Amino acid sequence: MDFNLTREQELVRKMMRSFTENEVEPIAAETDRTSEYPAETIDKLFRYGVMGMVVPKEYGGAGADDVCGAIAIEEISKACASTGDIVATHNGLCCGPIMKHGTPEQKAKYLPMLTSGHVGAFALTEPNAGSDASKGTTTAVLDGDHYVLNGSKIFITNGYVADIFVVFAMTDPSKGTKGISAFIVEKDFPGFSVGKHEEKMGLHGSPTAEIVFTDCIVPKENLLGVAGKGFSIAMQTLDGGRIGIAAQALGIAEGAMAKAMEFTKSRVQFGKPISKFQNTQFKFADMQVAITAGQYLTYAAAAKKGEGKRFTLDAAMAKLFTSENAMKITTECLQMFGGYGYTKDYPIERMMRDAKITEIYEGTSEVQRIVISGNIL
Amino acid sequence: MKIIVCVKQVPDTTGKVAVKPDGTLDRASMQTVTNPDDLNAIEAALAMKDEVGCEVIAVSMGPAPAEGMLRELLAMGVDRAVLVSGREFGGSDTYATSQILACAISKIGLEKEDIVICGRQAIDGDTAQVGPQIAEKLGIPQITYVAGIEKDGDKIVCKRMLEDGFMKIEAQTPCLLTCVKELNQPRYMSIGGIMEAYSKPYEVFDYEALKDSPLMDAESIGLKGSPTNIFKSFTPPQKGAGTMLKGADKNTCKELAQILADKHLI
Repeated sequence: MDFNLTREQELVRKMMRSFTENEVEPIAAETDRTSEYPAETIDKLFRYGVMGMVVPKEYGGAGADDVCGAIAIEEISKACASTGDIVATHNGLCCGPIMKHGTPEQKAKYLPMLTSGHVGAFALTEPNAGSDASKGTTTAVLDGDHYVLNGSKIFITNGYVADIFVVFAMTDPSKGTKGISAFIVEKDFPGFSVGKHEEKMGLHGSPTAEIVFTDCIVPKENLLGVAGKGFSIAMQTLDGGRIGIAAQALGIAEGAMAKAMEFTKSRVQFGKPISKFQNTQFKFADMQVAITAGQYLTYAAAAKKGEGKRFTLDAAMAKLFTSENAMKITTECLQMFGGYGYTKDYPIERMMRDAKITEIYEGTSEVQRIVISGNIL
Repeated sequence: MKIIVCVKQVPDTTGKVAVKPDGTLDRASMQTVTNPDDLNAIEAALAMKDEVGCEVIAVSMGPAPAEGMLRELLAMGVDRAVLVSGREFGGSDTYATSQILACAISKIGLEKEDIVICGRQAIDGDTAQVGPQIAEKLGIPQITYVAGIEKDGDKIVCKRMLEDGFMKIEAQTPCLLTCVKELNQPRYMSIGGIMEAYSKPYEVFDYEALKDSPLMDAESIGLKGSPTNIFKSFTPPQKGAGTMLKGADKNTCKELAQILADKHLI
């Protein structure tokens, strides 16, 4: 059993750390303040092969393994969880299902686009179908050589910047989850439009929007996988996506802890730096244990995915553990900053706001507990 | 056309400097980085490769762990890497190093349109001597302090930075350039580059590989063959904050004169 990262995984960490320090961190606070999509950073992430990094070389990707994918998101999220979210969604939720379920023609058309500047998204959630994804009401009706989609999807990450969407719709509402199918939808297809842009508590730089289908024409060949297997494709995709969110949560926690360590070493109260108080030291010790344990869970889930083994349970455990710890750690770190932590002069309040979503999206903590218990009972 | 870039692994100056009893650096106990100016040299070569599609070869002299640095350069886009490494080369000063590197470069082979690029100087020794000495050993033209490069066939026109301006110098290739940080902003490794870094051509040239080169003189390599003897290496003590005198009046001038007189400077 080898717990060491490979040479390539170590280099990905080094490269992403340097990129994050120079390109992501300097604009993270401004991105949060203005809620502006970090377009320039994403362009650079395409240029350096981070966007679509797990796509095989033959389709323009770097052919990186899933552990490299997780490390990249972890490193970016140390400074900016919004940018981490954009990358995680693109790689895990859009490139992922097309790589796994796409036909050779779909792969040949869409994967090169997703590695050369076209952003991807994933559209499953609806107003009345969140955790219970089977209750979606968006429909897809076959009409000759195309499907006609009607309905809307909400909380779609990359919603107003993406060019390519993996969309789930009912092709046979009478069959429940077995009546759901997946489609690859381009933003320029007739009848596709972007609705409300969400104003969120955190992740301000991550563009979240409603997307609307009004008699949207989707060519028949854009059906992803087999008709009626959409629910299974969605669940498998979310298993992979959860590794990305676990990595994002890890990054947020590590970023917050690094900021808190720096602050407590320089903040003097009662005649000494507050890092010298055992209360502070023990808190950091507990945080480090949670972060290291979270890394093992996350990388192990990613490695299993890469080996083609079943990783549903591993991904759910990693996501549950790291997201709940990200919330705990950012809260503890903010406490160490005292009143300063509650101001926008320091990044810690942003990190705490950003951490909260990791307990909610791509399956809430409650859903993860359903998945975990369902796999072990 | 190919570009050979000479690079050096240097101690990370943000860490502590360790020195061996013979006065040379104890590299094993220090964190290392690629010499910053050498990254500008790599970027210049890669930019030219992006433009005209030439081959870029990185050459470094150092101990075996320098392979890590060379793999990072391969991940940035360098095509081939050569590590010049051998017990016989240990402790070489700039004179010996430039001789060994010149041997390595002539073994790789310099053709009519080729260019050798070095960083201006390394942050550990700060001598800026190796690049120019390599050019002398190879008998090719050199342009130092390069802040801009235009290539046209077998001619090259460079902007040479001076303290108060710049010169434009034309040279015939093959030639050697030493570049300054103002030349460019080095790129990062790319994910695709990282995935290929360990499968790209990588060679080690030891003494055996270079000993028959006409440029090699076994008497002037390594610590014994180096004309420079290091008497002592140390980190200079940090200077104090200094004293600021404010005012343009006579009293301030008197005060300044008194300080200088007290220190026997006037």
